[in-house]
Amino acid sequence: MYDFDFFLQQLSNGLTRGSIYALIALGYTMVYGVMKLINFAHGELVTLGAYFGYTLLVTLGLGRSLGPPLAIGFSMVMVVGLVALAGHLLERVAYRPLRHSDRLAAVVSALGASIFLQNAIMLKWGAQYRAYGAELLPNVVFHIGSFSLPLVRVLVFAAAAAVMAALHVFIHRTSLGLAIRAAAIDQGAAKLMGIDVRRVIALVFVIGPALGGLAGLLVGLYYGQINFNMGQIYGLKAFTAAIIGGIGNITGAMVGGLLLGLLETLSEGYISVAWKDAFTFVVLIMILVFRPTGLLPERVAEKL
Amino acid sequence: MTAGPGNGNGGGGGIWGTCLTGVGVLAFAFLPSILFSLSRNSAPYWLDVLNTVGLYTILALSLNVILGHAGMFHMGHAAFFAIGAYATAILNTSFGWSIMATMPVAALAAGLVAAVVAWPIIHLRGDYLLIVTIGIVEIVRIAITNDIFGLTGGSNGMYGISRPSFFGFTLIKPEHFFYFIWLTVGLTVLLFHWLENSRFGRALKFIKEDTVAAESMGVNTTRYKLMAFVIGAAWAGLAGTIFASRMKTISPESFTFSESVLLFTIVILGGKGSQRGVLLGSFLVMGLPEFFRGFQDKRILVFGAALVVMMIFRPQGLLPSKPSRYRLPGTLSERYGGQEAGDKPPPLPGGDGPGPVA
Repeated sequence: MYDFDFFLQQLSNGLTRGSIYALIALGYTMVYGVMKLINFAHGELVTLGAYFGYTLLVTLGLGRSLGPPLAIGFSMVMVVGLVALAGHLLERVAYRPLRHSDRLAAVVSALGASIFLQNAIMLKWGAQYRAYGAELLPNVVFHIGSFSLPLVRVLVFAAAAAVMAALHVFIHRTSLGLAIRAAAIDQGAAKLMGIDVRRVIALVFVIGPALGGLAGLLVGLYYGQINFNMGQIYGLKAFTAAIIGGIGNITGAMVGGLLLGLLETLSEGYISVAWKDAFTFVVLIMILVFRPTGLLPERVAEKL
Repeated sequence: MTAGPGNGNGGGGGIWGTCLTGVGVLAFAFLPSILFSLSRNSAPYWLDVLNTVGLYTILALSLNVILGHAGMFHMGHAAFFAIGAYATAILNTSFGWSIMATMPVAALAAGLVAAVVAWPIIHLRGDYLLIVTIGIVEIVRIAITNDIFGLTGGSNGMYGISRPSFFGFTLIKPEHFFYFIWLTVGLTVLLFHWLENSRFGRALKFIKEDTVAAESMGVNTTRYKLMAFVIGAAWAGLAGTIFASRMKTISPESFTFSESVLLFTIVILGGKGSQRGVLLGSFLVMGLPEFFRGFQDKRILVFGAALVVMMIFRPQGLLPSKPSRYRLPGTLSERYGGQEAGDKPPPLPGGDGPGPVA
């Protein structure tokens, strides 16, 4: 059973799942980098993306009326826009008033926002699982030798990779990206250099949720079903990925997400399905014991 | 080791505060009779609510030692609560121990696990510690769900746990548990109040305010943080015993990440480091929603929104701990404060103390 094909299957599944984690982890790490805040409501933004996608593709029937490629493309754009808007509102309401108070107060505000959003989603769309439907994506499977690769895997991975590449260029090649990096290193100095830190924060709270919303839609497409509390577990996993990569570091979030995805599918395949999450957290603890700030830590001196 | 409680937190304001607290405690002791005289039918229900509040108060007070006093971001307290509850359940159902005999073992087991897992991670920075403690609570939950060592009964949990008994009197009804739980709350308050003002508590305060300064003064920060973590965890284990014997059945669902989040919010909402704040927090988070049962699922929605609003308007918590004042013999104000003109001390350069006014 444990032959090379099996290994390749786990690998491709792991990379796909990992690319979703990476997308979500980016939202955590960008917000953390600039605000030093763990956005506990980020997982719920992922759920929101999944449900917006469900409404567009299934309830409104775009999947049938537009045809798969157009429908999925259109709903991606819509979901990204809507969740970005939700993220912006979240920042305005729950985080901006707390920018200068105790960090734990902001954490509890984030937890409150997370509880609120999760229940709001449940009241709006119901507590049962919702299915994206099998007819949404043609069930195409590529065969390379004895190794089979479903289309949906390619699609999810390609979408995530394309967005992450674009983000990488944006962060490292544009002046706005430079502003984000500067604000993450030292807000005070960034302000002195004429950077509008408030705008940077607002921007980060548009990009992060947008990526999270897209990830929610991809979860729906990849796994076929969604639930109102899926954000909690995806949020926790992605947050773990961001920490593994070194929170605050954008490349770290991508690496951490992919690593976590691989780790999960490999431990699922070779060790035990029931224990895979425990295994993930044990590895997290081991990494932090030996590298207390993650694999690729943000290069910031500890302030005394 | 000495240095009395000084003028630490809590305690209220002087003799009137003490009297008021005494009257309050006395009134609370009669609460079951009052509730029963108001309504025989709904009294057990409200006593159950109060018992839940009490249990969460014990847990939140123990978390307060770690989060409030030592300043460590710990979001996995349910793990140690679970270990205590399962230790009691296993010893009681499989080995026939009496509940009260399992209590010290439950506390010990939780404290021991805390010491082992916290040892390598205690130095981690705030948010890294947060995710690790979340990891711990998840690992524990998965372990008990998967029936680790064939002891925990898997996802069905464990049932048939006995009731606690004292000298032949077995606690069965809610009013019995009311006294058991709230006496434990009282004991917890006294113990942690004493601890807060002890050498240990003062060291923790120093570490929280300025770790580097504390370290350079020779305070062994790792040891004190570890001690705080272990004490808090052990006390949560003890609360686990009470929980298991009150519920008679326990299952992994009672010890989730969300449960840890709830405890975390109680401490921050009430005012971290402040026992009165934590007490108020438990009542608000665990008790208040019971008045809104009619609203069904909307009340959790409102709870989430309320947390955001509360934090915006009172980011320091409802009853934050006051900065503690210690009376040292022979401070400047005592030596010179009440003196007439005559032999004034020389003005302090740049001091903002009670220097003489020209």
